[in-house]
Amino acid sequence: MSTLIFERSRPGRCSAQLAPAELACPGIPEALLRQAPPPLPEASELDVVRHYTALSQKNFSIDTQFYPLGSCTMKYNPRAANALAMLPEFLARHPLAPAATGQGVLACLYELQEILCDVSGMAGVSLAPMAGAQGEFAGVAMIRAWHRSRGDHARTEIIVPDAAHGTNPATATMCGYAVREVPTDRSGNVDLDRLRAAVGPQTAGLMLTNPSTLGVFEQRILDIRDIVHAAGGLLYYDGANLNAIVGQVKPGAMGFDVIHVNLHKTFSTPHGGGGPGAGPVGVAERLLPFLPVPIVLRRERPGAAPAYVLAGESERPHSIGRLSAFMGNVGVLLRAYVYARMLGREGMGRVAQFATLNANYLMVELRNAGFELAYPARRASHEFIVTLKRLKDQTGVSAMDFAKRLLDKGVHAPTTYFPLLVPECLLIEPTETESKETLDAFVAAMKAVLEEARTNPELVKSAPHTMPVRRLDDVKAARDLDVAWKT
Amino acid sequence: MLDAIGVPGIDDLFDEIPATLKDVQLPRVPAGAREMEITRLMQARAAQDGRWSSFIGAGAYEHYVPAAVWQIVTRGEFYSAYTPYQAEASQGTLQLLYEYQSMIAGLTGLDAANASLYDGASALAEAVLMAVRLHKSSRRVLLPASLHPHYAATVRTIVSSQGVELVTLPWCPQRGTLALQALDGLDDHGAAALVIAQPNALGALEDVHALTDWAHAHGMLAIALVNPVALALLAPPGQWGARGADIAVGEGQPLGVPLSAGGPYFGFMTCRGAHVRQMPGRIAGRTVDATGAPGFTLTLQAREQHIRRSKATSNICTNQGLVVAAATVHMALLGPAGLQRVARASHAGLQRLIALLRPLGVRPRFAAPCFHETVLDLGVPVQPVLDAMRERGILGGLHLAPWSGELHEALLVCVTETKTEADLDDYVQAMSAALAHARHPA
Repeated sequence: MSTLIFERSRPGRCSAQLAPAELACPGIPEALLRQAPPPLPEASELDVVRHYTALSQKNFSIDTQFYPLGSCTMKYNPRAANALAMLPEFLARHPLAPAATGQGVLACLYELQEILCDVSGMAGVSLAPMAGAQGEFAGVAMIRAWHRSRGDHARTEIIVPDAAHGTNPATATMCGYAVREVPTDRSGNVDLDRLRAAVGPQTAGLMLTNPSTLGVFEQRILDIRDIVHAAGGLLYYDGANLNAIVGQVKPGAMGFDVIHVNLHKTFSTPHGGGGPGAGPVGVAERLLPFLPVPIVLRRERPGAAPAYVLAGESERPHSIGRLSAFMGNVGVLLRAYVYARMLGREGMGRVAQFATLNANYLMVELRNAGFELAYPARRASHEFIVTLKRLKDQTGVSAMDFAKRLLDKGVHAPTTYFPLLVPECLLIEPTETESKETLDAFVAAMKAVLEEARTNPELVKSAPHTMPVRRLDDVKAARDLDVAWKT
Repeated sequence: MLDAIGVPGIDDLFDEIPATLKDVQLPRVPAGAREMEITRLMQARAAQDGRWSSFIGAGAYEHYVPAAVWQIVTRGEFYSAYTPYQAEASQGTLQLLYEYQSMIAGLTGLDAANASLYDGASALAEAVLMAVRLHKSSRRVLLPASLHPHYAATVRTIVSSQGVELVTLPWCPQRGTLALQALDGLDDHGAAALVIAQPNALGALEDVHALTDWAHAHGMLAIALVNPVALALLAPPGQWGARGADIAVGEGQPLGVPLSAGGPYFGFMTCRGAHVRQMPGRIAGRTVDATGAPGFTLTLQAREQHIRRSKATSNICTNQGLVVAAATVHMALLGPAGLQRVARASHAGLQRLIALLRPLGVRPRFAAPCFHETVLDLGVPVQPVLDAMRERGILGGLHLAPWSGELHEALLVCVTETKTEADLDDYVQAMSAALAHARHPA
């Protein structure tokens, strides 16, 4: 642990860049005022810059390490997207300033809606959701609104496969639905017989990721579509893995009625240490009235440039409503827009091609290096799963140990213990922006840890050894809760 | 690489996808642009939007952000890192989150904070759900009508499908604050929580002590909705009334986050220590490593969707990491003195503007004290006045007619430390000219 910024604090020390001193607050009654100054650190600008720069150096990141974190699409975030989203006029724009003073930014947002419509194969898009999980919420809320608009109040269940992200069932609950899980068959597809048995007049919809979190394409997606639609349910596409098919297959063509897109994955906006993301939603024609607001509309004007406006609840009375105080994460949307424009229509399909190529190459090389694949008979999508079950049985080295030792080798660990149905799994997603040399170096690191696990398992079980801290005690963290510094 | 895989071409990698589904046509996506071309386009669009002298607040506030803030947080190590699930390789992000939680807990005077939610409005919705979980016997929550209407709308969207009933409480027409008499007139006190906004969306400062005590006396939780810059001056929610508010939330944007047309911002949430296990969202905690040395990790993950799935406290998966990093650096740079100066200068600026406008016959609508924002009665239709001021490069405030029919000649105006005396003089001159024209059209 570095010294806390609070421990660097010295009474009276401050940055030179302060607002003018105004001592009195005559308009506010004494009882409403704060009695003691807020307990913030007192530090010089150099103290602060040095402290947080040092903290940054304790992170792994895409800019510094290979980061093959499955289901997270840790691809390079182009710097131009950041620079152009942070142009001073965009940063200074107040969200409630008149639309006439924001035609530039609104044009970008409108065009992003168009791009996402095309890529997803949907009839309309709202950029309002501020993250993937909020996109899911909006999507399921629209499914609910659609059933209710038809007077169908009997639909009380959302179906999710057992391989689904945890956000899917959590979202269904937030939208007031019961969750019914359907299992995966041995080849990694949804078990169709169990799905047929699960659907009925109580089915509001099915939430599906395709390719699934198992790293394979759901081959019988059209059968799934027919089963769910025949039961009167709608199909929700969790866009977490869109990077695998962008520019190749459109979710709309697979029969999905609703989709959310994680712009921080497929459209390469930064993950920022945990956010902000953006999770725009797209819908088929019949769900258009329910899209969350605001939506950017383009109004043609004879003899003048088109005008862009934000449509709110008064213009869209059937909308599921607002999800934020203003217009979602505009700065993230602008980054995605710049990225999409630089890729262009010819670049979109290449993303999926090279992401898939890198994943399949890595899968073959790891198999050749002695790793066991969870679905050896299947083609990888943009990611795939290695299971260390046998290694654990033989050596006691778990997927967690293996992951921690990879950190010592200078690569970020793949996703571990997800999906939940594959024991001791590593979910590996290299993304399209990595070179063959990086992939080969990763294979070498994996082989080295495998060798260590067999010859010196204690070394792996006690990893990491070279990080700023050794393995952390999560049990103590939850038991002796310390979530805020106190003097 | 294709040879190693054993396929002839890259398209063969998609052979498990039914051929009828393939569609590579993207007619609505423009052709690719080089970085230089897209730079020119974006610069032109930014220039088209221009720069304005803005006096609009209403939930998003212009404050000066020191250059160091975004230079530090856009370092690749913060910018391009993932959620710190591999704690040993993410100590930078985790320590920063712990420091953030400490700062925001201190600012609100409560024990525990999460690592942030999406924005102020969605944070309020999560607080409402949290209060209902904590209260157990009521699913009714009282919201003031003086809540920002976009907040009320967001809360409605997010909580409506979980059977939560929202009851709206009117504001006192003279003061612009919640009327305690109106509260006592409520026929049924069986609510889970009362939301108390300080300041409220009309800019008015509530009697937070009396309201908090009233909520507690009626068996409700008190949810504070607060402006974090105002808290440098105002009593923190943890010290409201005899026992303090139970949950505090708010929009974090005023802490070093640019307006950026509406986002990304972040919502903060703090609570009493006893309630932390019902809090949604990520939490960073301090612990020790295998050698006993201190370090940081995400904690209480058993509340979250990736563990608890359909029984999680929320479906939220992200925090607003990078924006929170900016707020943390911002608070560290300003320190207690700097944040208080920003708050005082903002308050003083509004007082000065009110004084300068008085000779024009423009007066605050409400009698309650305010922080840096207030409702002005123009006595003439507002929109033409705003349009005329815009001709002079000034965004004069927010017309409140869409919020409430009662406020059709009212303007919500905000002053922060970014406005100099010259800026205020320009505002007054522009309004004076616009009013003269409105009262005596040529």
